[in-house]
Amino acid sequence: MTEKEVIEIANVALAEEFELEMEQMVPEARFNDDLGLDSLDAVDMVVVLEQAFGFKLRDNQALREIRTLDDLHKYILRKKSELEG
Amino acid sequence: MYPRRVVITGMGAVSPFGAGVESMWDGLVAGNSAVGELPSGTEISGLSVRAAGMVPPVNVKVIPRQYRRSMSRMTQYAVLAAQEALDQANIPDAVLASGRLGISVGSTIGSADALEEFFTEYVKENSLEAIRSTTFFKVMGHTVAANLAQVLGVTGRVEAPSAACASGCQAIGLAYESVAYGRQDVMLCGGADEFSPLTAATFGLMNAASSNDATSPDASSRPFDSSRDGIVCAEGAGLLVVESLEHAQARGATIFAEIVGFASNSSPSSIANPDANSIKTCIELALKDASVSPVDVDYISAHATGTEQGDIAEATAIAEIFTSMPMISSLKGHMGHTMAASGALESIASVLMITNDIIVPTRNLTEVDPRCGAVNLPVVNHNQAVSTVVKNSFALGGINSVLVIRNAT
Repeated sequence: MTEKEVIEIANVALAEEFELEMEQMVPEARFNDDLGLDSLDAVDMVVVLEQAFGFKLRDNQALREIRTLDDLHKYILRKKSELEG
Repeated sequence: MYPRRVVITGMGAVSPFGAGVESMWDGLVAGNSAVGELPSGTEISGLSVRAAGMVPPVNVKVIPRQYRRSMSRMTQYAVLAAQEALDQANIPDAVLASGRLGISVGSTIGSADALEEFFTEYVKENSLEAIRSTTFFKVMGHTVAANLAQVLGVTGRVEAPSAACASGCQAIGLAYESVAYGRQDVMLCGGADEFSPLTAATFGLMNAASSNDATSPDASSRPFDSSRDGIVCAEGAGLLVVESLEHAQARGATIFAEIVGFASNSSPSSIANPDANSIKTCIELALKDASVSPVDVDYISAHATGTEQGDIAEATAIAEIFTSMPMISSLKGHMGHTMAASGALESIASVLMITNDIIVPTRNLTEVDPRCGAVNLPVVNHNQAVSTVVKNSFALGGINSVLVIRNAT
């Protein structure tokens, strides 16, 4: 799975779950201010992404620091890399 | 006598006929059936149910996702019905947020679908990792009322009476009391339920659910009929706006009818079986509350669900009180039993009978059970003046609730 494919899978899963347009899924998009997602959505986001990728993403401290889509993409890629590593 | 008169100024429905009061009323007056084949679950061992009154697809995307995510189907139905009722009543947003408008909406239980979602993961997978953050908000007992308050921005009291099949009627009655006693000026009230195998199977296990052949589901709900064989479970939501007469007049609202009486009592003789004496007492209490004599009642909207014990107990109680033989019908022949929504949907239909001067009969009533024969059960629409209606709702748990509704004067 390439970096581009990871980003695509994450964006499609989140757009479908949270009824967002793909045009909104830009790297600099902030979850709260730009995408309108809140703390309840943050919990569900992990569930959706774990189902989409098939591996665990839970790391409460690291997740709390995620602010933008780009932060999330990098986090998923790092987790994927750790698993493969 | 209560200090304030309470009037109905808005009504909204999502019924097995679809979204909107109009689709329900048109279906009832046309004598149509909204009961169809059970969509799934027929392969379950021991489940005898074959028919259900399901709500056809409705557009719930009009509810913003942030609110919809904590709502199961019944709450989504309730929101659509509430919006219709509030629009008809022309309630401004400022009133919703005034603290003087409250909510009284009940359901039989929280969402069984959401419970299933949680326990499937919890028990089968021994995990909580796929559980959504909003699941509990669909399961909690006041899920419909609380979600309504959130999406509508209501700051007044929020009540969620849960009395199984009497929930909707009881919720309206409690709303009536809230307004009558001046605790609130306006109440959004009614009931909602979503079809679940839990409810259908429970009636099936008690031999109280219809198991008619799935090839004729539209004939399976047969209140008062000799060939009835039980309840056809259904779903939906009915919401009404009730407010004090002074409040309605001050804002120039259209008044459709007035709630003049309410009573609710308990029959501790059985948690499952209806009791004619207790039903009779409840109707008499409601009439006394309304200061209405039995001879002044034009129509009785029966609870009758198509069970032998329930139909006969209700008919017996009515026959003992109403010697003038007012017309009686059960709308469950058309729609099945919409559970907590039934008292509200049938109250709305009763208001429309008052405003349209039509009495809608019981669908599928072709041969009256002689044991219910001491009452007046029409089989065709009757065009006649309807000014005072009694609405009955009874429930598992020994709960009875009765409303008395009168034309606007």
